[in-house]
Amino acid sequence: MVPFILLVIIIGSVLFHLYTPWYSTPIASNWSSIDSTIELTFAMTGAVYVLVLGFMTYCVIKFKSTKKRRADYEPESKKAEVILTVLTTIGVAGLLAPGLIVWDDYVSPPEEAMPIEAMGQQWYWNFRLPGEDGILGTTDARNISADNPFGMNENDPNGKDDILIEGDTLHLEHDKPVKFLLRSIDVLHNFYVPQFRAKMDLVPGMVTFYWIRPTVTGNYEILCAELCGVGHHAMRGEVQVDEASDYQEWLSDQLTFEAIQEQAMLERDNKLALNKSN
Amino acid sequence: MSESIIPESELEEVELYHPKSWWTEKVFSQDAKLIAIQYGLTAFAIGFVALVLSWFMRIQIAFPEMAIISEGTYYQFITMHGMIMVVYLLTALFLGAFGNYMIPLMVGARDMVFPYLNMISYWTYLIAVLVLFVSFFTPGGPTGAGWTLYPPQAILGGTPGQETGIILMLVSLCIFIVGFTMGGLNYVITILQARTRGMTLMRMPLTIWGIFTATVLALFAFPALFVSAVMMLFDKLLMTSFFMPALVEFGENLTYGGGSPILFQHLFWFFGHPEVYIVALPAFGIVSDLISIHARKNIFGFRMMVWAIVGIGALSFIVWAHHMYVSGMNPYFGFFFATTTLIIAVPTALKVYNWILTLWKGNIHLTIPMLFCLGFIVTFLNGGLTGLFLGNVIVDVPLSDTYFVVAHFHMVMGIAPVLVILGAIYHWYPLITGKMMHDGMGRFHFWVTFVGSYLIYFPMHYLGFIGVPRRYYEMGQTEALYTSSAADLNVFITIAALAVGFAQLVFVFNVFWSAKNGEVAEKNPWKATSLEWRTPEQPPIHGNFGKELPVVYRWAYDYSVPGAEDDFIPQDVPNEKVTLAEGYSELGVEKT
Ligand code: HEM
Ligand SMILES: [Cu+2]
Ligand SMILES: [Cu+2]
Repeated sequence: MVPFILLVIIIGSVLFHLYTPWYSTPIASNWSSIDSTIELTFAMTGAVYVLVLGFMTYCVIKFKSTKKRRADYEPESKKAEVILTVLTTIGVAGLLAPGLIVWDDYVSPPEEAMPIEAMGQQWYWNFRLPGEDGILGTTDARNISADNPFGMNENDPNGKDDILIEGDTLHLEHDKPVKFLLRSIDVLHNFYVPQFRAKMDLVPGMVTFYWIRPTVTGNYEILCAELCGVGHHAMRGEVQVDEASDYQEWLSDQLTFEAIQEQAMLERDNKLALNKSN
Repeated sequence: MSESIIPESELEEVELYHPKSWWTEKVFSQDAKLIAIQYGLTAFAIGFVALVLSWFMRIQIAFPEMAIISEGTYYQFITMHGMIMVVYLLTALFLGAFGNYMIPLMVGARDMVFPYLNMISYWTYLIAVLVLFVSFFTPGGPTGAGWTLYPPQAILGGTPGQETGIILMLVSLCIFIVGFTMGGLNYVITILQARTRGMTLMRMPLTIWGIFTATVLALFAFPALFVSAVMMLFDKLLMTSFFMPALVEFGENLTYGGGSPILFQHLFWFFGHPEVYIVALPAFGIVSDLISIHARKNIFGFRMMVWAIVGIGALSFIVWAHHMYVSGMNPYFGFFFATTTLIIAVPTALKVYNWILTLWKGNIHLTIPMLFCLGFIVTFLNGGLTGLFLGNVIVDVPLSDTYFVVAHFHMVMGIAPVLVILGAIYHWYPLITGKMMHDGMGRFHFWVTFVGSYLIYFPMHYLGFIGVPRRYYEMGQTEALYTSSAADLNVFITIAALAVGFAQLVFVFNVFWSAKNGEVAEKNPWKATSLEWRTPEQPPIHGNFGKELPVVYRWAYDYSVPGAEDDFIPQDVPNEKVTLAEGYSELGVEKT
């Protein structure tokens, strides 16, 4: 019974892996290299799993106690230990080396990547694009108020043309690399789009980043992947990857910080005028 | 293994404290064996709470439309479940319970070197447990910050239990650490100082090596948790800003500024990673001994096993940031910590090989403890291999904070050590109670627990590949990700979890039932070599050994030695007292 169940577990696990209906979503970014490292890791660890457990099952069958059996007395075998150490080290190095190469890529955004800010707060997303000048203006959590929800630094000229998106949908242009700059104004969050394979925490008090190049147009969900309070599971957003023309159309509808400020000013003046005339 | 010269004892034995009343004998006892039982029962009691919480969590995950618990409660339950399981159950069981019971007996001492301190250690632990438990009933309830307690969230309004729950949690942890430090120093000093004559370090059973190294790790690691708990208490109560940057809480600017949430994470994981090994190393040690005893064969590569335990323990202090690859720390740390993490895989793998090579050419008795060992190897290997995914920084990126992680750590530090604990209880139950546990119930318990846990956690990894994040009260509306088949899988997992939970009730019943009705155990029923079975009485009484302390002549693994009539030679039997098998003139030497 014992060896039988062990065999069922070994074979069952392999079959489950081969036929599982639950596996990575179709990839929509440049990070297929991450998927390849996963496949490589699966191949190597899977082989070790089957070999080691297979050998254990063999031992359980072959050396099961009987009246006559007596175990061997063999304190150690230098040779076996050296061989196993060397093989394991080689295997581990074989996983690590490609992994580190891809990580190097992951933490080195290309020059031309467009910076886009994703800002998290309990429990929704806002976004900010750099505008014409390609530079995001500076911010500070201390500046945040009802009139300035992004905490923009009003004296920073780079911020004037920043495009502020106070909704939970971000559009990206197909095939254009972006560098997400991640900022939180309250607690930790994590900007995670499963189809992009990438994620990183948002940490209040600092700006974190990662980069991707969206490779497939479509809508993707943003899931918050770092516990951020009771609304954590409901903190969703959306990324829409558009062709260039659709993207431009969307972009032209968005307002800059300056425009939003002017609008607010106008409204205030109108109200004042209205009050006076009454 | 060969004998060496046994040193003369250099000091007179010191008389033990003898209890004067019922209270000092049965309650405020200074006998390590009773303290061990007290630790064990307390840990199991609070651990049972954690288990029951997991049932509610699983039912919520499988049947979100029922909403059996609210969001806030869900987060409180995962937090309490995780923290209780890791600290208050596993740490207390391995070190407080097994450490206290096995150390004096296995090294041939009459008790711990500081019995009074040992007693205080337990009562301090009990207070820590009570403080934690009380938080269930305070306004706002226990904290829901996740067992990692990451600030700023842990002390802000969006998290349940931020009124008093988080304070009680931090205070309880501090008390726990104080209690542990008293016990831990005791374990280490007893092992270094009170070993009987002939018990060299390299003759100690691996159980003791595992507990010893784990205790040393804990003594170094817990202070990091202690300071982070104290600093967070300051941030919460005195409005300091150790971990708190300038931030906004639901539209309101707070007065905090300048602190670093990442600093907390470094401190937490500087404790938290060694904590994994604080739980794993005693399990490694115990499982090595159980395999050797029940396969009637010496542990393969004993010296390598010792060095692997020590090496893993040392390395475990330079891998902590693999829990923080996507935390926003300097990304170049990734290179260093991925490398150290994968290096630690090598000694760990060697241990697995050596367990199986111990089975090779053994004489394997499929007793209940042996079954649990086999189950341990399966789950530990599985969890160890998925560790190669998460340790390799770039592979961690898509999987971090998903159900892959939940599956991984339950396999490797939840299920695997628990299987060892259960196997160890079946193994040492006759020593502790003088009775055998009921075999049929035991086998039922093993199969449901092992197969059930595998069915819970093996498929769970694949939810992580889809991208299902951990710590989600419910998946809610998602299009691509969470298909109806994934919801079905969650129902299946919940059913398996409830079955495993039920099997634990059978186990608890068996423990109490057998204490009364169990078959009386013969002396040393498993024919083990180590000293705990060599006491004049079984169960051992106060003072453990008779008039004379045993003298040790050999390592703990003389099983099936060629030339010996029996297939084991206890550690306190000198060569000339060994009954030789027919046809032998000396151990290992056939008559010519
Ligand atoms: C069969 C028994 C168990 C079941 C059914 C179970 C179930 C669960 C569930 C449903 C979660 C929450 C997952 C989420 O929402 O992210 C969880 C979290 C956790 N469990 Fe278990 N668990 C079991 C045993 C254990 C054991 C023995 C340990 C000991 C190491 C453990 C340690 C943890 C930890 C540390 C967490 C993370 C808590 C957090 O996210 O803050 N569990 N478990
Ligand atoms: Cu969030
Ligand atoms: Cu979140």
